[in-house]
Amino acid sequence: MSRSQTGQPVTRNQDANHELSIRVRDLSLWYGESQALKSLNIDLYQKNVTALIGPSGCGKSTFLRCLNRMNDLIPGVRIEGLVEMDGRDVNARKMDEVALRRRVGMVFQKPNPFPKSIYENIAYAPRMHDLVGRKAEQDELVERALRDAGLWEEVKDKLHQPGTSLSGGQQQRLCIARAIAVQPDVILMDEPTSALDPISTATIEDLMDKLKKQFTIVTVTHNMQQAARVADYTAFFHLGEIIEYNDTKTMFSTPATKKAEDYITGRYG
Amino acid sequence: MQTNQHLILFLGGLLLLGLIAFILGRSKAARVRASGQAMYAQPDQYAWFTVVATAGPALLVGAVGAFLMLLVGAEIPTAYLLAVSLAVAAIGAAVGIRCVRPDFHAREAIERVIRWLLVSAALISIFTTFGILFSIVFEALRFFQMHNFWEFITGTVWNPGASFLAAAGRADDASSAAQFGSVPLFAGTFMITAIAMLVAIPIGLLAAIYMAEFAPQRVRTLAKPTLEVLAGIPTVVYGFFAAITVAPIIVNIAGFFGLDASFNNAVAPGVVMGIMIIPFISSLSDDVINSVPDSMRQGSLALGMTKGETIRDVVIPAALPGIISASLLAVSRALGETMIVVMAAGMRPNLTANPLEDMTTVTVRIVAALTGDLEFESAETLSAFALGLVLFAVTLSLNLVSVLMIRRFRAKYRVNNL
Amino acid sequence: MSQSFDVISSQLKKRHRKSARLKWISMSALGLAGLFLVLFFADMLSKGLPAFQQAYIQVELEYNEDATRMGRAAMDPEVARLVSRTFERLIPGQLRANPELLGTSETRWVLATSEVDQYLKGHDNKLRGNQQEVVDELIEAGRLELRFNTTFFTRGDSKMAESAGILSAAVGTVLTMLVTLAISFPIGVMTAVYLEEFAPDNRFTQLIEININNLAAIPSILFGLLGLAIFISFFGVPRSSPLVGGMTLALMTLPVIIIATRTALRSVPDSIRHAAFGVGCSRWQVVRDHVLPLAMPGIMTGSIIGLAQAMGETAPLIIVGMVAFIPDVSASFTQAATVLPAQIFTWAGEPERAFVEKTAGGILVLLSILIFLNATAVILRKKFERRW
Repeated sequence: MSRSQTGQPVTRNQDANHELSIRVRDLSLWYGESQALKSLNIDLYQKNVTALIGPSGCGKSTFLRCLNRMNDLIPGVRIEGLVEMDGRDVNARKMDEVALRRRVGMVFQKPNPFPKSIYENIAYAPRMHDLVGRKAEQDELVERALRDAGLWEEVKDKLHQPGTSLSGGQQQRLCIARAIAVQPDVILMDEPTSALDPISTATIEDLMDKLKKQFTIVTVTHNMQQAARVADYTAFFHLGEIIEYNDTKTMFSTPATKKAEDYITGRYG
Repeated sequence: MQTNQHLILFLGGLLLLGLIAFILGRSKAARVRASGQAMYAQPDQYAWFTVVATAGPALLVGAVGAFLMLLVGAEIPTAYLLAVSLAVAAIGAAVGIRCVRPDFHAREAIERVIRWLLVSAALISIFTTFGILFSIVFEALRFFQMHNFWEFITGTVWNPGASFLAAAGRADDASSAAQFGSVPLFAGTFMITAIAMLVAIPIGLLAAIYMAEFAPQRVRTLAKPTLEVLAGIPTVVYGFFAAITVAPIIVNIAGFFGLDASFNNAVAPGVVMGIMIIPFISSLSDDVINSVPDSMRQGSLALGMTKGETIRDVVIPAALPGIISASLLAVSRALGETMIVVMAAGMRPNLTANPLEDMTTVTVRIVAALTGDLEFESAETLSAFALGLVLFAVTLSLNLVSVLMIRRFRAKYRVNNL
Repeated sequence: MSQSFDVISSQLKKRHRKSARLKWISMSALGLAGLFLVLFFADMLSKGLPAFQQAYIQVELEYNEDATRMGRAAMDPEVARLVSRTFERLIPGQLRANPELLGTSETRWVLATSEVDQYLKGHDNKLRGNQQEVVDELIEAGRLELRFNTTFFTRGDSKMAESAGILSAAVGTVLTMLVTLAISFPIGVMTAVYLEEFAPDNRFTQLIEININNLAAIPSILFGLLGLAIFISFFGVPRSSPLVGGMTLALMTLPVIIIATRTALRSVPDSIRHAAFGVGCSRWQVVRDHVLPLAMPGIMTGSIIGLAQAMGETAPLIIVGMVAFIPDVSASFTQAATVLPAQIFTWAGEPERAFVEKTAGGILVLLSILIFLNATAVILRKKFERRW
């Protein structure tokens, strides 16, 4: 298939930005003997939301974790191929994965605030990265991050309570605030709403829409409505391959492949 | 020994009666069953029931009798007791055999007995705690009748030397009155405990961090049991090691720096005790660090933190309640440790801040007070129980706080995993 | 706009170094703990191994009249001073028992004094210069040598280092452990069975649980106080006897066995219990016929570990008087006895240099037994371990 070699979407979204953020070529990944990703090609564009959909076990989350090398933490993983960001091969030996993760942040499936106060949850990383100096700067950064994450009004009076005292949806937004506080280029979201109630989910979807003005967002979702609502582009994964990568509207109205159509219409998944 | 013979007679008679009851009960049950009647239980179960009916009451009577003799000092001739309890056994056997009827639930009866046996076994652990508490409190109270509690807690001179004279009714002969001020003992105990913790906590915690966060699987599976060996070495062996090997080394090192160290210095037992305690800290901390959810680490790494920062700022704070709990347990163990200090620390109560001097500890004085041919009634002997009481109170509270902290830690991470 | 990779990487250098430093420090902490272990064993081996060899001397014995009163008279006075007094003292009795020996002579290898022994091993000793010369000559002549020390394993305690052995302590340990096991195993298993299989989850059960955990952490010396005040003073159990020592240690071992048994019972899956209930077993029958047999390997492992712990325990035994000087082996539960760790403690307190070696030798024996027990426990667990 020609399109999987170029990595570009079948149909372009006319409203979207098309500056390249991450270029993936022939990316394969093995867990020990079993191959989880098979020669993936995809171009991810800046200041867009790209949704990765597909049945469970198809490799979406694995692929997402390749983008900031979180797979390094799993023993026995072997990766081949190119993930290129800012003209650099992410998987190269020379690439400092800590530096990479500073530019490619991540939000996880289950909210995982640190066992610290709300304030510290956000201020901790920027302080370590020397992004802020004085206390006032720090306060300002915490407030901005919390405002951007839409959490400020709810927590401004209890900044020094533990992050774990918040509700699940608030915790997840705290984690998003934490991620944006280090000012990354890309934010990866691994099914960020799957552990949340519908109202919190809606809040976070709105948030993603706002955040894409500043950040490139790549999100994995099980929920097709969510992909349709928030994403500019959608990639359909199946058994470790990208079957179709397309403008979201096109993907959900006239998918180019039979498999994607079957999945989207609920024939399996 | 008359009593011993009676005991053997009693057990023999009981065994015989039990056997007869078993055979009779079983054959009766078998007969009833052969006659075609439906029974609630198996013949064997009836037979066992008759045995229980025979032995149970008789043992009870025997035990109560023996207890009365020992406790109340009641003058019961043992022959009497023997006859009575065997008679009870015979009556029990007769009743048991009568009970072998089709409508009798022999199995349920046996299981009720078993259940009570199990409950009483479980009670023994409670009795042990109360036994320790009462035996200590009782004797300690007698001590505090002789010597002021306040002086015991706040006094700075421990000089029990003359107390045996007082016990012998010759108090006037003593050139100076015995003094029981426990402060120097506790000071020595805390000094040695502090040295032990200075060794054990950093090494144990860092070793746990290495095993949990850095070490490859192979090193991990090898290192943990190896460290456990340190915990399995008997304390008397550590005591010898401290006194014979470590203390001279400490003296030499101190001499090298121009310092004067006693061969009974506090550093040697402290360091060796610390080595002994390393596995307590490392093993518990390793478990706790491992139970910090991985999502915490990933959350931190995904923000561009290095591994070291993740451990220092996220993993350790999360594991802190567990680590503190492990350290408290270790402190409690060090406070109560006896053999190392008995063999390597001094005997002289010495209130000093210099760890190179000899000093003594609470446990050393307990041992000193209770060995040798001292009279049980003397204040020095009783002072051991007073010291034991304080030791009990301190270690008990440390243990309880530690248990509560670890429980809270567990509860927290079950909840936090959503 | 955000910083480029190169800028970030250069900022990170210091932090990476810090992180690596943590790794190295923590690794060396583990290494340090391992080093302690190695040093400890090396020290014990170097001190204790010589105890398994003892100096023996070849003497010519002339059984004359004087020797029936004083054994020393049977030997060349020069050599007699090098022979252990334990042997000397045997001669008169031997002669009185066998008068036909009188007037005869024989050549025998006998125990030398501990001073000779220490001299041969190159340690400090109290041999005088001319005695050392005699010893050197005897060695030259092949009449004095180090042999395997059978005395150490076949005799009880002695005030003379060369004839001190661990047998009476070993017998005492066996007797004490028998008492400990006979009490703590049934009670421990029963308690665990009650808590795990029968007990309702109420306040009372929780109290027992907290109590058991607490008992496991109470200083062992306090158990000694209990033994002294209750078993000895109150119930009149003979002091220093294996009975009272065993009872005291049993209470200490109880929590270990209870905790191990509960873990073993818990690891038997509920499906087994449900299946047994399903075919009409009563609760007790389920436990007796299905759960206990499956949990047995775990229970045994725990009990062996508890036993090993009790075997190394000294402090409570000192309090109940089990540090007696026991030269003769006695196999009674009610007479004074000593145990291996207590024997080690006694020897450690002896001022003579030769006893240092005995102490370390005793330690090596004790450690070997403990290692053997723990290895058995590990093997038992490996062999019968079952994953459900």
